[in-house]
Amino acid sequence: MSGFLGSTVGKKYLMGISGLIWAGFVLAHMAGNLLIFVSHDAYNSYGHALTSGNIIYVAEAVLVLALLTHIYTAVSLTIHNRGAKQQAYAAPAKGAKKVSLASRTMAAQGALVLVFIILHIITFKYGVYYETTVNGVVMRDLAKLMAEVFQSPAYVGWYVVCLILLGFHLSHGVGSSFQSLGLMEGTYRQLWKKLSCAYAAIVALGFIAQPLYLFFFAH
Amino acid sequence: MAGKHINLTLKVWRQKGPKDQGGFVEYHAKNVSEDASFLEMLDAVNEELVSKGDEPIAFDHDCREGICGACGFVIDGEAHGRLKSTTVCQLHMRNFKDGEVLTLEPFRAQAFPVIKDLMVNRSAFDRIISAGGYISANTGNAVDANAVLIPKADADEAMSSATCIGCGACVAACKNASAALFTSAKISHMALLPQGQVERKERAIRMVAAMDAEGFGSCTTTGACEAACPKDIQLTNISRMNREFFVASATKRPKHKDGGAG
Repeated sequence: MSGFLGSTVGKKYLMGISGLIWAGFVLAHMAGNLLIFVSHDAYNSYGHALTSGNIIYVAEAVLVLALLTHIYTAVSLTIHNRGAKQQAYAAPAKGAKKVSLASRTMAAQGALVLVFIILHIITFKYGVYYETTVNGVVMRDLAKLMAEVFQSPAYVGWYVVCLILLGFHLSHGVGSSFQSLGLMEGTYRQLWKKLSCAYAAIVALGFIAQPLYLFFFAH
Repeated sequence: MAGKHINLTLKVWRQKGPKDQGGFVEYHAKNVSEDASFLEMLDAVNEELVSKGDEPIAFDHDCREGICGACGFVIDGEAHGRLKSTTVCQLHMRNFKDGEVLTLEPFRAQAFPVIKDLMVNRSAFDRIISAGGYISANTGNAVDANAVLIPKADADEAMSSATCIGCGACVAACKNASAALFTSAKISHMALLPQGQVERKERAIRMVAAMDAEGFGSCTTTGACEAACPKDIQLTNISRMNREFFVASATKRPKHKDGGAG
């Protein structure tokens, strides 16, 4: 199998699988966080339940490993791909043979999403620790921190921009992963494509709604 | 013939040889018939260059019917020009307006070094084919054409993959100079048919290895290749190639040192 992972096709399998692990994570992350619309207590209880067991360490280990694989493979493929082209056309394609911006700028989107992920973890996971008591249980009041952070228009703006970018990255990435894994064949090809776009839109909009809600309605 | 005539300005990539730096030179194509093909228009420009004692613009061409895969360069960033599902030899001047300025460049890819002007060396494709783009056939009498049953859907799919003429527009259009569309069309067309089963796994492994060894990039599914392909080869082929390669790598049997029993 060493020949497999050394090939461009094998590396695309790594990109696809590690990307899909994160795609699954962001969907769950977005859906769980929607509890902020229910109440701060519900949101905090959910967070507490997630972080109480040992399963969180397994999940974090898988995500970190997948992210590192995704980044390493992306960098190595991008270097290889630039080396294979070297000279761009003097006149870029404008007509029928032009391709989507989202598909052409995956590397740049990925780099910005990575910066966002790091800052996001610093802001929340390693942010100010408030405490609250829900039904007699003492737990972290992450909802309070979230409400505080999203008082700032600059923060809200930065999040909205990054999440739109994440949406584009997912819209191309998820469909492209199925393609790389060899599943984009036959009757369901168009369906997979549409599902990828719908999925990306749901994740991006679901996330974006949260800082916007806290900024406009939760003062 | 009272067809319409147009005038064009061409910025053409001129490069004396593989080691020459090359650069754009401007030419004026005057009084071009709208019924002429793009290559016929270039023929006229070359006639004029030759009559002035200048070196004509070198470009590849052969059948001029859109079926051989010899022609191809880039017009305004689009391989084979602006018309979809068309080779540049079948692109007619009626698709252009009077006074347009067009930029003509050779296919750009490290694996396709420029030979001269708009001509590139595509022998990397030949080497990918020789790595596994063939089937084993018994000598002797030809087998009856209908002796091997093939489902219609498979035959159709194999045929649409087999229409690839190997022009290299997919590589030219790809920002990564990936040969995935070409290689996958060749792997597909034989993997889909019973005749291709004998070398199926070996073929997928060897052709992908050959593709990588030539220095082509990887596929990032932009779809630029599919859009540029004069024969409408579909991205589906690339997905199939990846699966073929994965299954072949995962299930390949080791070679017996002393041959099998019997």
